[in-house]
Amino acid sequence: MAEIVTLSDAIGELVNDGDVVALEGFTHLIPHAAGHELIRRGARDLTLVRMTPDIVYDQLIGAGCARKLIFSWAGNPGVGSLHRLRDAVEHGWPAPLELEEHSHAGMAAAYAAGAAHLPFGVLRGYGRNELASHTTVRTIVCPFTGEELAAVPAHHFDVGIVHAQQADRAGNVQLWGITGVQKETVLASDRTIVTVEEVVDELEHRPGGIVLPSWVIDAVSVAPGGAHPSYAHGYYDRDNHFYRRWDEISRDRDVFNTWLDRHVLATKDVAEYHRSLSACGVAV
Amino acid sequence: MSATATYTSDEIMAVEAARRLRNGDVCFVGIGLPSLAANLARATHAPGCVLVYESGTIGAKPIHLPLSIGDGELAETADAVVSVPEMFAYWLQGGLIDVGFLGAAQIDRHGNLNSTVIGDYDEPKVRLPGAGGAPEIASSVRKVFVMLRQTPRSFVQRLDFRTTDGERVAVVVTDLGVLEPECDTGELALTGIHPGVDVDQVRDSTGWPLKVAPELRVTPAPTQAELAALRALSPRNGGES
Repeated sequence: MAEIVTLSDAIGELVNDGDVVALEGFTHLIPHAAGHELIRRGARDLTLVRMTPDIVYDQLIGAGCARKLIFSWAGNPGVGSLHRLRDAVEHGWPAPLELEEHSHAGMAAAYAAGAAHLPFGVLRGYGRNELASHTTVRTIVCPFTGEELAAVPAHHFDVGIVHAQQADRAGNVQLWGITGVQKETVLASDRTIVTVEEVVDELEHRPGGIVLPSWVIDAVSVAPGGAHPSYAHGYYDRDNHFYRRWDEISRDRDVFNTWLDRHVLATKDVAEYHRSLSACGVAV
Repeated sequence: MSATATYTSDEIMAVEAARRLRNGDVCFVGIGLPSLAANLARATHAPGCVLVYESGTIGAKPIHLPLSIGDGELAETADAVVSVPEMFAYWLQGGLIDVGFLGAAQIDRHGNLNSTVIGDYDEPKVRLPGAGGAPEIASSVRKVFVMLRQTPRSFVQRLDFRTTDGERVAVVVTDLGVLEPECDTGELALTGIHPGVDVDQVRDSTGWPLKVAPELRVTPAPTQAELAALRALSPRNGGES
């Protein structure tokens, strides 16, 4: 059963250095507040898994939390590069970063296989390109038709972290809008943390919504605005201005460190983070 | 009036790429220039074009060009929103998509694409975003449309990394002209040229000895209506790729 605890307690109790951790949310509902808490607690040697490592992993990599990244598309969507990730890969700063990369279809199959507790996912993919030689994919033969298919090892996470719109007081969670691979992430994880915009007395079922029952979650933490600069459908919009600004902030090591010190390390939680951004004219 | 309209090379690239989409096509849309062209098609001659984004939004009808493939406006205007594993397994792999609209950092003469790395994989000069949906988009749709600016650095003799297979590439629209695969060899040849561009300029912007079709089609200049629709899409979020 999920306990409703502070995010600081949830991260402190459930995430260990060296863990395989997935923070998921496909453009929408990205758990930035949880990422910031990992940075505040000085997490180290994490293997970070995510289909689209965008700003949330750029920050974790730049802060030195990661040893390895498993991913399928690493960029600042619509803007350009992730400069902290590139600095780690191209120059080993602040630490070298091992990469394991897939296609989206391969990653999606690996999440689904993880949720199903199968050893691998199957797809028609990885044909006639060089990805297969740089990742862990094998060819298998269909026992019924003889067709050759790609097999990707299932994802399995020590900790899965997602952000959702609502939880009820028993810790049942609902998210809606673009729901990405969040359900698969939760079901493929040993331990699960869900941050939410708010706790309500009763969940009102939403079209297309996903409900995660309390008993598949370990900790629920209230983090209003916790997806910023990503968005929470029905609560606030994507801060596209911030995504563009991140290009300048992240381009330079010193500017990045100053930003991180001021808005993450010098703040104690998501509320202070937002106050800190507002104070320099960058609000949600 | 339309004959004297002024436009940029990026604008005619977007307009000419958009014209390739037909009303009713189901199109898997990549971020950046492809998203701009696909949305322009829907805003002009192909209102029934179904835009599918890898975030799981099927039949998205954004008024403004989204910055990402998962902006809220895509979900709000979509016919259906599905999970990402469902998108790739059922809809894309299931063969339900007609056209894949892709960009890339490098292309070779066979339409193979690189979006992974410039330089050596293990010691890259530039680490690019990576494959994303491209490999399985390119192997699952009927036709692949590619958009990228034509320079000797992007149109290369040899890719630094082969991210995506070019077998199903049907057309490449650039800021200078249009390339299509020859029937017999599959090699990309110049088949169209934008107004005011000469063939030597295209050759100089291509890193391999470029084949040129015997009769080059000159791209009709963008109409006022096309330019107005394009510019209406762009002001909030557009212009980046």
